[in-house]
Amino acid sequence: MSLFQWEQNPWGQEILVRISWDLLYLSILGGALFIIGHLIYRAKNPTPASPEPSGKAAPGVPERVVRHSLAARLFHWIMAASVLVLLGTGFFPVMGIQFDWVEIHWIAGLVLVASIVFHIIHALGWMNWRDIWISGKDWAEWKAEMQHVMGKGGAIEKKPGKYPVDHRIFHSMIALAAFGVMITGLLMMVRVDNALFARNPYLLEDSSWGWVYVIHGLSAVGFVGMIMTHIYFAVLPEKRWMTISMIWGWVTKKEYLAHHDPERWVVSKETTD
Amino acid sequence: MAVIRDTIPAFELFQPTSLEDALALKRRYGKASWALAGGLDSLDWFKDRIKRPDVVIDLGGVPELTGVRASGDGIEIGATTTLSEVASNSDIVSRFGLLADAASKVATPQIRNQGTIGGNLAQDTRCWYYRGGWPCYRAGGNICYADTPTSINREHALFEANRCVAVNPSDTAPALIALDAKFVIMGTSGEKVIDAEDFFITPATDITRMTVLNPGELLTSIRIPGTWAGADFYFEKVRDRQSWDFALVNIASAIKSSGGTIEDIRMVVSAVGPRPLRLTDVERQLKGQTASDDVAAAAGELAVLGARALQHNGYKIPLMRNLVKRAIRGTGA
Repeated sequence: MSLFQWEQNPWGQEILVRISWDLLYLSILGGALFIIGHLIYRAKNPTPASPEPSGKAAPGVPERVVRHSLAARLFHWIMAASVLVLLGTGFFPVMGIQFDWVEIHWIAGLVLVASIVFHIIHALGWMNWRDIWISGKDWAEWKAEMQHVMGKGGAIEKKPGKYPVDHRIFHSMIALAAFGVMITGLLMMVRVDNALFARNPYLLEDSSWGWVYVIHGLSAVGFVGMIMTHIYFAVLPEKRWMTISMIWGWVTKKEYLAHHDPERWVVSKETTD
Repeated sequence: MAVIRDTIPAFELFQPTSLEDALALKRRYGKASWALAGGLDSLDWFKDRIKRPDVVIDLGGVPELTGVRASGDGIEIGATTTLSEVASNSDIVSRFGLLADAASKVATPQIRNQGTIGGNLAQDTRCWYYRGGWPCYRAGGNICYADTPTSINREHALFEANRCVAVNPSDTAPALIALDAKFVIMGTSGEKVIDAEDFFITPATDITRMTVLNPGELLTSIRIPGTWAGADFYFEKVRDRQSWDFALVNIASAIKSSGGTIEDIRMVVSAVGPRPLRLTDVERQLKGQTASDDVAAAAGELAVLGARALQHNGYKIPLMRNLVKRAIRGTGA
């Protein structure tokens, strides 16, 4: 198995061309092994259907607690659709399923870019962006969660705020991969006829283009494994309340108190019945 | 241009004597195999040491793949039938003269005696950057060396350029699309019959191939239905050297007319894109029209809409426009 594809350019220089497509299958394998491993762990260590509600139940918590605003949900599902289209149009041809994929791919890419730009503006202006990002303070929580996962730490004593630490790590990884595909994808658009840019294949020299393709490829194959695990967790029965909240926008008071620390996720200003 | 370096690298040669054996070999060796028919395209690749198959399957001894025979109200042509036979076969000449005309314009008499219709259809592009072994998109890299401000690209694409600007070089392809031919492909999943125009693909689908043929498949025959037999045909190939050259632009059309009015038409231009380009908008506009100079001129303008010239192939736009006009006027419709 090789990691990268190299070629010799007309001047006899070895240049990077792209990642080896072996990495695609490695990412699929990695995602599949993680899921299988988690399923085995889950079978051996059944999770209680609903954890005990927090003892810090704040008065005035409504029956329905808004977890995701309409704008956040629209962003999530538009981004999800565009990512699935991008992965399908990007990798099905590599796997031997041939169709006219290029135009669909860059259009879906533009949808992804637009949705992420919207998300950034929305998060900075209307959301508490600190809820989702990791900080040094999360280390203890991450350690406790991992010990719990490994069956060493018993129950997690400290409940998370709005987003558990694994969600925040996933968000950071997805954000990194998304910026990778977005920036390189926009650059790659100048190599095909499209609605935004005039075709200019020689914007960069060949070795620089190789790095653009490598970053695009690495980010994209990273997405494959991450999306596999994301969808897996989304359909797990014990996580389904979160998936449903991404559809309707709210969680019940019971779910809120069971899974979150009301002191770390104060809902009084953003609740609804 | 490609440089003939030295002797051909070693490969294992198979010479099957039946279609079944040939297909079994394709199935067995898949991507590692190379189907050899007339050998005119293949041997260049081998001598240049750019294509290095482990296995070569010589189809020359497979009787099912050769010859012209009746098929329903039309004819069926085996894929390894030589271009000379296609150009001179009495059935083809009398009923499908468009194909005979196109086949007679391929390369030279010697090449037509050796070259096959299947090879002419499935041949790779002639872009010399690609043929020169440069790591271009089509060769698996990420650069098109033919699409730079200083590239020699006067033979390259006006339409459907998608990262790669190479064109399909086949002369018989536009004629067969105009005749609404069907291609028979056999492979691991059995036999499939596809329209001639669906046989060719653009880089947007797969930048490393020009046809839908998968590594385990063979084009076995071409079926031409009787639908367009005896129609008014027009074929013209414009090339730099009349004695022996690939087309700069070529055009094939079949017209059914009555009382000077065009009732039905199929028109295809080739060497302007990665696949032969069927001019469906032009066909639609021409149906029900009388083939006057004005109508032909309007059709020519419509045909070149969307053409995008590279640095050195702008001349192809007026050339294509005029070929469309000539095809309409030249049939006498």
